[in-house]
Amino acid sequence: MAHWQHYYQPTSVGEALTHLQHHSGAARVIAGGTDLLLEIQQGHRPPVAALVDVTRIPDLVTVARDGDWCYVGAGVTHTAIVASAELAQAATCLVESCGVIGGPQVRNVATLGGNVAHALPAGDGTLSLVALDAEAEIAQAPGAGQTPARQWRPILDLYRGPGQSAVDASRELIVRFRFRAAGPGEATAFKRVMRPQGVALPILGLAAWVSVQAGVIAAARIAVGPAGPTPMRARRAEAALAGQAWTPEALPALADLVVEEARLRTSPHRATAEYRRELILPLLSRALTLAVRRAVTATSAPEAAEEA
Amino acid sequence: MSTLTFTLNDAPTTVEVRDNETLAEVLRYRLGLTGTKIGCNEAECGACSVLVNGLPIDSCLYPALKAQGASVQTVEGLAPEWRRATGDPAALHPLQEAFVQGGVPQCGFCIPGVLMTAKGLLDRNPTPSDADVRAALKDTYCRCAGYSFILHAIQAAGERVQAQRTGTNGAAAQPLLPALPATQPPLNVIGRPLPRPDAVDKVTGAARYTDDYVFPGMLHARTLRAGVPHARIKRLDTARAKALPGVVAVLTAADVPGEKNHGLVVQDWPALCADKVRYVGDAVAVVAAETREIASAALGLIEVEYEALPVVSDPVQARRPDAPTVHATGNLLKHIKVRKGDVAQGFAEADVILERTYHTPFYEHAFLEPECAIGRIAEDGRVEVIVGSQIPYQDRSQIARCLGLPDDQVRVIGALIGGGFGGKEDIAGQIHVALLARVTGRPVKMLYDRHESLVFHPKRHATQIRVKVGAKRDGTLTAVETELYGDSGAYASLGEKVMTRATTHSAGPYEVPHVRADCYAMYTNNPPAGAFRGFGVTQSAFAVESTMDLLAETLGLDPVALRRQNLLRVGGVTNTGQVLRESVGITRCLDLVADEIKRRPAAAGQPAAASRKRRAWGLALGYKNTGLGGGAPDKAGAEVELYTDGTAEVRTSAAEIGQGLVTVVQMCTAEELGLPPARVRVLLSDTDRTPDAGPTTASRQTFVTGNAARLAARTLRQAVAATLAERFDQQPDNIRFEEGLARFDGQAVPLGEAAQLMQQEGRMPRAVYEYWAPATQPLGTGGDMHFAFSYAAQAAEVEVDLDTGEVKVLHLIAAHDIGRAINPLALQGQIEGGMIMGLGNALTEEFIVEQGRVVTDVLARYKMPSIRHAPPITSFIVEDAVEAGPYGAKGVGEIASIPTTPAITNAIYNACGVRVLKTPVDQDQLLLALKRGDREVA
Repeated sequence: MAHWQHYYQPTSVGEALTHLQHHSGAARVIAGGTDLLLEIQQGHRPPVAALVDVTRIPDLVTVARDGDWCYVGAGVTHTAIVASAELAQAATCLVESCGVIGGPQVRNVATLGGNVAHALPAGDGTLSLVALDAEAEIAQAPGAGQTPARQWRPILDLYRGPGQSAVDASRELIVRFRFRAAGPGEATAFKRVMRPQGVALPILGLAAWVSVQAGVIAAARIAVGPAGPTPMRARRAEAALAGQAWTPEALPALADLVVEEARLRTSPHRATAEYRRELILPLLSRALTLAVRRAVTATSAPEAAEEA
Repeated sequence: MSTLTFTLNDAPTTVEVRDNETLAEVLRYRLGLTGTKIGCNEAECGACSVLVNGLPIDSCLYPALKAQGASVQTVEGLAPEWRRATGDPAALHPLQEAFVQGGVPQCGFCIPGVLMTAKGLLDRNPTPSDADVRAALKDTYCRCAGYSFILHAIQAAGERVQAQRTGTNGAAAQPLLPALPATQPPLNVIGRPLPRPDAVDKVTGAARYTDDYVFPGMLHARTLRAGVPHARIKRLDTARAKALPGVVAVLTAADVPGEKNHGLVVQDWPALCADKVRYVGDAVAVVAAETREIASAALGLIEVEYEALPVVSDPVQARRPDAPTVHATGNLLKHIKVRKGDVAQGFAEADVILERTYHTPFYEHAFLEPECAIGRIAEDGRVEVIVGSQIPYQDRSQIARCLGLPDDQVRVIGALIGGGFGGKEDIAGQIHVALLARVTGRPVKMLYDRHESLVFHPKRHATQIRVKVGAKRDGTLTAVETELYGDSGAYASLGEKVMTRATTHSAGPYEVPHVRADCYAMYTNNPPAGAFRGFGVTQSAFAVESTMDLLAETLGLDPVALRRQNLLRVGGVTNTGQVLRESVGITRCLDLVADEIKRRPAAAGQPAAASRKRRAWGLALGYKNTGLGGGAPDKAGAEVELYTDGTAEVRTSAAEIGQGLVTVVQMCTAEELGLPPARVRVLLSDTDRTPDAGPTTASRQTFVTGNAARLAARTLRQAVAATLAERFDQQPDNIRFEEGLARFDGQAVPLGEAAQLMQQEGRMPRAVYEYWAPATQPLGTGGDMHFAFSYAAQAAEVEVDLDTGEVKVLHLIAAHDIGRAINPLALQGQIEGGMIMGLGNALTEEFIVEQGRVVTDVLARYKMPSIRHAPPITSFIVEDAVEAGPYGAKGVGEIASIPTTPAITNAIYNACGVRVLKTPVDQDQLLLALKRGDREVA
């Protein structure tokens, strides 16, 4: 494959940014490479002068807990996320969504940061991060004589459009993500539907976070995709849930609110908009029911994916 | 260049690599570890899986430098690691041993990846559950689909790994041979499960496929494809490509010295297009260069100017009078007619008449080994082509014709074949590498990447099939009328033959008094369609077997009873007028499957009442001819030689595409010579050294080449007996051959000695036999169109999710009448693999072409069934012998794939009340039909 010329393996964020800057836009960050290399190889992206492999930078490959906050490095593989007992409890939906991406070989190299940088509105890890209301720490190449700047940005600010990341590939790097671990009465769940033929992208995915306090949904976050050019929060449904006692009877009306807010469209060879509309209710129902049950029973064993 | 330092199979390794090489490339091409295979180059198929720090990764998409400092294990390291651990210098790793004994390797191309993925699993968990194995192997595909064998072998190996780790006795571990269906008592060799002679090589990585061959000074070739579906070539300029440093030759149509076209039946397929292109995969020019990168770069420098022509994109359009023409001869490749009785009368007698139209798309073989060919000039000046081909002798004649040479100036040498399924019958790069080798005088390798393979090679025909059926109130069929359109794409390939089979089988395995079938095999600007396991019958069985269930419902009859009362039986007459005189095991198949369904009522496992999932069984039948039929001379040659060391070799040019022909000829030879099979070597597919066995197609090789090997061995045995009879003054009939000895009168002469005696007498201990199958008659003459048919009944239990439309197959039941089980292990591999492929045909696979443009141009867009799709299979074998078959055997390769799709779609109807008239089942459309209350998805 002659699709890139140089392969760098920096061991610090500063070194990585220097490589990016040096190539002024002609270098790309690579972690697992399972999306990026395919896109380059298949001509969806131009060949690049250099690849900057960020998986040897300690900050990027660490999962940590600091009080209420969980930190997941952008270069942490999906396999490592799925294997984390900490995350299984603190962010069950993230473990569930990372467990269904690709197959084991892909999950052994593909990373959460790669999933976010790829910027697909239905990225499985992405949807869970959105439901977790995560933030991303972005390191930025400094101007002359300055040290690299780091900045926390809300996860949704990283998406510009399908496949278009707001992270400036010529001088920025996603270092890690943070979100609050599920507290008492809080839980999450992720569900999706795939198409057995053709494209490897989900027809629709949905992640839910709920806080159930004294039998009432104190707050909820619902992330759906693809339901627009970027990952979507179903804010109307979230608002309708808040302050209500949990009852499955409310689900059809909630699903209607999600459908109203979602921009569902037909993707050739993947799904019709009409089919996606029909899937909102079962996905919402499955994810919310599971999240509420977890919240109420204080259990959080991630469900193994049934899909083939 | 950078220095890569890592641990490879426990040895410190340093190698200079370019920054942009992948680990798979470094392993294969720099370090010569060709056990690691490249199937797709897009991290989809898992064939390239190796362990990096204990975890399986797809090495085809893994920058080599990522492995800096890591520990990498490949298939070549498996046995050595186990030998170090156990101190047994001859041992294979338990996974390898379990794969060999358990019949896992078929074509073998996936095996290194499957082994390494499994190794990664067992290292972490030596006692994995079914679910653990399915999860771990989700993306490690086996297109031969031996998934239940894989599952069993991994678990059986795990027990042995665990025993070794814990120092306990592994004797309690489950046997390595998987449970197999009951078959009749075996002979000495025939009828016993036997691992393949090439199995050990296939589990150690030693097995060599075409791309594993390297020759000094070898050039790398690539093909410029049209990229447009229908156009006139206005200008073609190769000057800039020729000027690129490292390019050695650029050839166009003008450089083809002999015939310009090739083709298996009709010579309509240009080796290189001169004036016009007819599909996106048409070859316009070929380049040979010092490296593959240079050859690829040169393609971009060839200037071609096209004038676009209107596109013929489907066979119905192709038949309209105003359609653009693909070939000067018109768009009709063949109008195929079947006539029996008078359908007008048949429909007049009917109480019920039903009619439906079905559609099936193109399907892709997705053999895991992409096409590869190597051409070189031998020392005697002849052209040699190394290729994994299903028809080596026809490759030879097609190459020779285009080169303008007599056949004997070309030698085709078969390499191992990483899956064929009908997709390696047509010429791919064979002619091109021969041309380039002649022009450059150097060895030339042409390897297709997955994208090129998908775009280029012939597919299963897309069809439109209308079925009209008439029946009495009691279920007796009175008439069947079918009309088929087959999309044969840009070139004839085997299109006429395939669609003939679709047509003759289009009324199902039933005795119908009045039949009329018309088929239009049409040229279009789509990729050519040709042979694909099932050979047209996969499509027509879907149509007729769906219609049979509809008919049963309309008449209020049990679908099993309706089928049983109309079945073909001995003495019955097929649609083409053939009287069946023997070996019609379909009733037995149906009864076995129907009884097994009764033992497993779907309702028993029905989810709770509140659930929105529905389960049901569905059933379908199928039949498929063995052999070419239709009057084509069907013959095969084999040669058997006895050596003075007491071994024998059987030689034939039949292709081993994973189906197990290699054990069939080995076993037939061993049976006849009274040798243990381990003492019979098999040499296949070398046009200089092995007799012509014809094409590996039409489920014919067990029958014809099995017979050729059997009769060659028998002839040789008779010659040995004659020699011994003279020498020892015996009646030849008194001499028995068993366990490598010739026994008579209390004496025992080892066969090696007998071979020596023959040589001393100046007789070669060798026999050639050319077997001619019983003659057949052309369609329309009413005679025996085929010399044998195999039959099957299959049932599927499915679960439909009423909220999402998702369909899951929970269980499959099958009964196959294959005459005689020669090797029950390989037989079961073919049956399960065929059924899983059928499941893919129903649920997961679709090759999409729009206006002649291939949408499915990467493997990520073509989902074949993985181990996660493969349900448990309950299999029955029916051995209704055919007299002329070897020990009674007939074909199995295709029949197993034929009834699966309608069994599944019938089950879907029974589960949710929606009938699917179009494959693959689209869950999107299924759910919308459920929501709208529609009864059919068209």
